[in-house]
Amino acid sequence: MTIPAGWQIDIGLEIHAQLNTQSKIFSGASTLFGQSPNSQACAIDLGMPGVLPSVNAEVFKKAVQFGLSIGAMINQESRFDRKNYFYPDLPKGYQITQMDHPIVLGGEITIQTSNGTEKIIRVTRAHLEEDAGKSIHDFKPGYTGIDLNRAGTPLLEIVSEPDIKNAEEAVAYAKAIHQLLTYLEVCDGNMAEGSLRFDANISVRRQDAEALGTRSEIKNLNSFRFLEQAIHFETERQISVLEAGGTLIQDTRLFDPDRHETRSMRSKETATDYRYFPEPDLLPVMLTAEFIEEIQAQLPELPGKRAQRYQTAHELSASDAALLSQDRRLGDYFDEVLTFSGNAKSAANWVRGDLLSKLNEHELGITVCPISPKHLGEMIQLIDQGVISGKIAKAVFAALWSKQTESAGDYVQKNQLEQVSDASAIEPLIDALIAENPKQAADLRAGKDKLLGFFVGKVMQATKGKANPKQVNDLIRQKLSEP
Amino acid sequence: MNLNFATLADLQKALRDRDISATELTQHYLTRIEALDPALNSFISIQAEAALDAARRADECLARGNARPLTGIAIAQKDIFCLQGQRTTAGSKMLSDFIAPYTATCSEKLADAGAITLGKTNMDEFAMGSSNENSYFGAVHNPWDPQLIPGGSSGGSAAAVAAGLCAASTGTDTGGSIRQPAAMCGLTGLKPTYGRISRWGMIAFASSLDQAGPMTRTAQDAAILLEHMAGHDPRDSTSLNEPVPRFSEGLSNNIKGLRIGVCREFFTDGLDPLVESSIRQALAVYESLGATLVDVSLPHTPYSVSAYYVIAPAECSANLARFDGIRYGHRCLDPENLQDLYQRSRGEGFGEEVKKRILVGTFALSAGYFDAFYHRAQKIRRLIKEDFVKAFEHVDVIAGPTAPTPAFPLGEKAGNPVEMYLQDIFTISASLAGVPAMSIPAGLANGLPVGLQLIGNYLQEGPLLQAAHQFQQATHWHTLTPPEAL
Repeated sequence: MTIPAGWQIDIGLEIHAQLNTQSKIFSGASTLFGQSPNSQACAIDLGMPGVLPSVNAEVFKKAVQFGLSIGAMINQESRFDRKNYFYPDLPKGYQITQMDHPIVLGGEITIQTSNGTEKIIRVTRAHLEEDAGKSIHDFKPGYTGIDLNRAGTPLLEIVSEPDIKNAEEAVAYAKAIHQLLTYLEVCDGNMAEGSLRFDANISVRRQDAEALGTRSEIKNLNSFRFLEQAIHFETERQISVLEAGGTLIQDTRLFDPDRHETRSMRSKETATDYRYFPEPDLLPVMLTAEFIEEIQAQLPELPGKRAQRYQTAHELSASDAALLSQDRRLGDYFDEVLTFSGNAKSAANWVRGDLLSKLNEHELGITVCPISPKHLGEMIQLIDQGVISGKIAKAVFAALWSKQTESAGDYVQKNQLEQVSDASAIEPLIDALIAENPKQAADLRAGKDKLLGFFVGKVMQATKGKANPKQVNDLIRQKLSEP
Repeated sequence: MNLNFATLADLQKALRDRDISATELTQHYLTRIEALDPALNSFISIQAEAALDAARRADECLARGNARPLTGIAIAQKDIFCLQGQRTTAGSKMLSDFIAPYTATCSEKLADAGAITLGKTNMDEFAMGSSNENSYFGAVHNPWDPQLIPGGSSGGSAAAVAAGLCAASTGTDTGGSIRQPAAMCGLTGLKPTYGRISRWGMIAFASSLDQAGPMTRTAQDAAILLEHMAGHDPRDSTSLNEPVPRFSEGLSNNIKGLRIGVCREFFTDGLDPLVESSIRQALAVYESLGATLVDVSLPHTPYSVSAYYVIAPAECSANLARFDGIRYGHRCLDPENLQDLYQRSRGEGFGEEVKKRILVGTFALSAGYFDAFYHRAQKIRRLIKEDFVKAFEHVDVIAGPTAPTPAFPLGEKAGNPVEMYLQDIFTISASLAGVPAMSIPAGLANGLPVGLQLIGNYLQEGPLLQAAHQFQQATHWHTLTPPEAL
């Protein structure tokens, strides 16, 4: 969608990311997805009388990892607050969250805009809170079912500044956050299971207006596509209201993807007063400088840095570098291949080509790849050293994949697949071929370069692929140039 | 031995010496409860069978010689402590059918030490009240005079011990709910340092103030019980990770040189002259025991009630939001929609005082009022804490009256909330500061018990109990029992 002339859009996103801890943020109940309703809600998650929350320390670690990765300040004193509202899937009648002392303050995310330039989106804050349960409306006519398995799942709510100017940037930002969270392995990033959900604060203003327009908050968008669509529909709605001379009221809206519209849930006037106040059941948690430093020290090399390294230190193309650094484990695999192969370009080609297509074909992740990076690296080294040809390498790769062998070297030796690089073994073959095919030889000599492939192919056929193609090339040219 | 009013310490010895059996003792109390409690209404539920079963097991332990410290001691527990598989009501219609699926940590610790629970005692609904008139299960009557209130909110626990229906009981104190009923019923009641006893499984009123404690006949009994209630609990993150001293040891050390602060602000206009005279005499007893009286000031005391009646309702408005008729507790009949379900379930399930406090708390936390009320109340709370910190630089214990008057007639203050709230005027500041405080019998006013309040520094329950014990060695007030009617 193009933005109508004379208008600009301001968008801020609130991203709710479920942290992938084993147990809930304030109880020992499991966070496993997809279990039978209410089977994973303990007395604490159910808000029974007399029970108390206690904080799962893991959530601080994950939140700090995220904060440090976006260059944010870490609030060493972490406090919790109660956000009060009644809803059947909120068992205590309040949500434990962080109002005044968010664990992460500031930071920024770099996105690629559609015209290929980089843009910085500032992060305002990120805070820890508990997820609510789920209401299943009309699960039988006239009844709403409550499933509290999700209640108490740890969330990191990441709030951006209104730096986002269109739907494409919003999606790019959301994807960048998704990538970072999964890269850090603090969130499983499973959109279908609701591991990442977006609220979009959207306003429009005239191109020359200084102040932000009246905003609407679109709640609970659970896919990149819905995020994009909701922004389109909402900005269209706001602009058409204003162009017709109307005024907007600040409200909270729901996106209905079936009807292609957003609907008002409540206006600012009728908005819930959440009556925030400090959670008296939890004492402030002090994060020590050592705790934060340790996390900093253990932080993985981030995708941007990694891609840069691949381009500068290993001279990979921008696209290879980006592809190999987007997934942390893929990057780790590639790095290990590099230590054995030496040749980065070739390693990149093998990993992104043969290896990834094989993994995709079998729907496997890199962490369960049947070929270890060491063995792949050794194979690439054999090619580099001229021991095997690229063609033979395909067969060696297949053998490694199917676990016929662990070591490329052993396999090559056992099956006598070493490249024939001995000119004295190849020259007689070429001589014979020229003699057998005088016309083609004459044409090639006359400049029909296409025919070179014909001769090379014949030699390779005769050597069962073991000849070094480059050497064969050279030898044929040499022979034909001889008087 | 007269079992009716025997101290816990005496019963420990009698049980160990096999002078009585746990079964005899339990049966004795159960018989008394059956005979006397209809007039007092101090129990909401009685677990006769479970108690007798436990008593039989206790007798086996005693016979085998592997008794634990409280084996065979039959106590009552305020109905705010969840006991697994048993009804726990918090004195509310809302929870009148609630069966707890877990046991409060402090109840579990008492059971582990061998204590037997006879039943759950009556209380002001959700511990909100100073007269025990706010219970869904009816008012509790003071054993000293059934026309009078027993104090609250732990009124049932106080009446049960005072009437000799159990050896001791547990209570909870948010603004004076252990100390004030102890004073009104002639008992020793201790509110420990905030965090000393786990709040896990104890139904919350105001989380930052709620603290469990023992209600007993003597300071020695309180020390014994506290040893088995206190201790760090990882399930309560506000629970203090501090060692639990053997409070019952060292009680007999003399208190020569003990510096007792006499707090000016505790001797105000509203103080009943007869109560004041008992307190002054008690202070004279301390002087005769070698203690020094030091004039101290806790200047922010006059603001404590106001601050308390913002903070406690604010916390309670959130704590009681979970009682929504959805998962457990009272649910209205045939709700038309969600709003109706909420409104009627809560409207029917809560009593007037609870609703009043929820409304006050909701208001105090509302946008536009938060700073003027909640925030300012927290500032006062900090100032009150500082008052205590400063005072304890000069004194070991602070003394004064527990309540401004002795027990008053049922219904007398029911229509006047402010007068009722002033019942806690001397107890609230220690609650806000989180310091330990206790009430001990210190005289009679018109034949009714008067309580002396002793306040200690953080974690200094030991010196506090020692001061109380020494007083009880020199006086007989704690041995007085209600008139013969019982």
